[in-house]
Amino acid sequence: MAKKPISFVLNGQDTSVFVEQGGNLLDELRRTVGDLSPKFGCGQGTCGACTVLINGEPQLSCLVLAERVEGQRIDTNGGLAEGPDLHPLQKAFVEGFAAQCGFCSSGMLMAAKALLDRNASPSRDEIAEAISGNLCRCTGYEPIIDAIVVAAENMRRRTT
Amino acid sequence: MSIEVKSFDTLRQASEVLGGSAQYIAGGTLLMRKVNYGDQSFNQLVQSTDPALKQIQSQGDEILIGAGVTMSEIMQHPQLQFLGEVARSVGGPAIRNMATIGGNLFAPRPYGDMATALLALDANLHWASGQQQSLEQFLERSDAARDIVHSISVRQPPTGAFQYLKVSRVKPKGVSLLTVAVLLNRENGRTGNVRIAFGGMAPEPRRAMAAEQALQGASLDESGIQRCLAACTEGMAPADDSLASSWYRNEVAPVYLKRLLLQRS
Ligand SMILES: Cc1cc2nc3c(=O)[nH]c(=O)nc-3n(C[C@H](O)[C@H](O)[C@H](O)COP(=O)(O)OP(=O)(O)OC[C@H]3O[C@@H](n4cnc5c(N)ncnc54)[C@H](O)[C@@H]3O)c2cc1C
Repeated sequence: MAKKPISFVLNGQDTSVFVEQGGNLLDELRRTVGDLSPKFGCGQGTCGACTVLINGEPQLSCLVLAERVEGQRIDTNGGLAEGPDLHPLQKAFVEGFAAQCGFCSSGMLMAAKALLDRNASPSRDEIAEAISGNLCRCTGYEPIIDAIVVAAENMRRRTT
Repeated sequence: MSIEVKSFDTLRQASEVLGGSAQYIAGGTLLMRKVNYGDQSFNQLVQSTDPALKQIQSQGDEILIGAGVTMSEIMQHPQLQFLGEVARSVGGPAIRNMATIGGNLFAPRPYGDMATALLALDANLHWASGQQQSLEQFLERSDAARDIVHSISVRQPPTGAFQYLKVSRVKPKGVSLLTVAVLLNRENGRTGNVRIAFGGMAPEPRRAMAAEQALQGASLDESGIQRCLAACTEGMAPADDSLASSWYRNEVAPVYLKRLLLQRS
C-alpha cells in the first residue's frame, strides 16, 4: 500500500514524513520520526502512556490515525525540556520520586502539562481528574499529584 | 494486513462505500483499538471532512448536534450544559477529546453512556441518506442497515427534569457498571411524562417501560416510587462480567434509580 506524505509541527519543528495508511500516530512518531518519548503501553487507550498534545489538547496517540495530524501541532514529552534545562514538571517528578519504573511518566507529564497550560493553580482534585486516564502501577499516584502541585507553584513563581 | 484509508468531502459519499470490508471511522477510540490488534474483519477505513459533522445548531428548544462532536466539545458548549455531566463521565480527558457522540451510539457495553442519556431524552438520528429515526428504534434493531449518522437532534429538557447517574468502581474514571438516565416532567408535585433508560442492563441501552408506567402520576417520595422500583428490571438482561454479576446488577439497579428519583424532590 502506498505511503502517505504528511506534514505537522512536532515540538515546534516542521516535520514531514511518509506514514503507513491506517498507521497510528504513536507508531509513526516512534518508528518514522524517531521520537521515542511517547510509550506504547496497551494499544487500547486504557493506560495513557502514549498521551501527546494535539493543538494543546491531550489525546492518545495510539488511537489517532496518523494521517489525521496533517497541519496540526503535536507536543510530546521529548520537547518539554529547553536544552539542558528540564521542564519544571519533569524536575518536580525527578525530585519528588514521582517516577519509579518511569513508563507512565511521559504520558503523565503531557496530561499534567495540558492541565497547567489551562489552569495555573489546580486543586488536588483537578489534578487527579486531569491524570485519570493515565495508569501508574508503581507510585500510588500521590507522589505524582504532589509533584504536579510543586511544579505549578514553581511555574507561578517564575512568571511573577 | 494493511489498511486503506479513504476520505470524502461529504458524508453522503462516504456512506455509499460502506459495508463489507469498509468501516466508518469517527473519533477512532474503539475502531483504532481493532486496527492495533489486527482485526481482520475490515481493511478499509472511511472518513469524512463534512463540516456538518461538527455543527451544533438550535431551533427553538431542539438542538441538532453533529455526529462528530466530541465529549469535550459538548462540555464546553453553552447550549449543551444539560449533557455536560454525561460527557464528563465518558473516559478520561484524552478520550473525551477524541470520542464522538455519534460513535457512542455504536459502542457495545460497558460503553454507551451518552447513548443511554440520549435514549432517556428521546433523541432522533438523522442519517446521511436523509432518513430519520428515533434512537430508540435504532437501538432495538441491532441489524440496522449500514449508513452514517449525520447528526442527532434532542430537545433541551426543562430545568431539573433530566437526571443522570453512572455507577463505576474506579473514580474518577471508570467504565460503567450500570448507568441510569431519567427524564421526568412534573405536574403539580406529581410526575407527568417519564422516560427511564438504563445502560449496562442489556446489550444495548434500554428503556425501563414498566417502571415508567408505574411512575406516571405517582408522588415523588419513598412510598410513591415503590412500584416503579419494583418494576425497573423487568425486561432487562444485565451482563455477567468481570465488573459485576447479573444478579448484582439486578439488585442494585432499583437502589440507584431510587437515589436518582429522590435526589430531585
Ligand atoms: C480507555 C477508554 C475508555 C472509555 N470509556 C468510556 C466511557 O466511560 N463511557 C462510554 O460510553 N464509552 C467509553 N469508551 C468508548 C468510546 O470511547 C466511546 O463510546 C466513544 O463515544 C466512541 O466514539 P468514537 O468516535 O471514538 O467511535 P469510533 O471508534 O470512531 O467508532 C466506533 C464504531 O461506531 C461506528 N460509528 C462511529 N460514528 C458513526 C456515525 N456517525 N455513523 C455510523 N457509525 C458510526 C464506527 O463505524 C465504529 O464501528 C471508552 C474507550 C476507551 C478506549
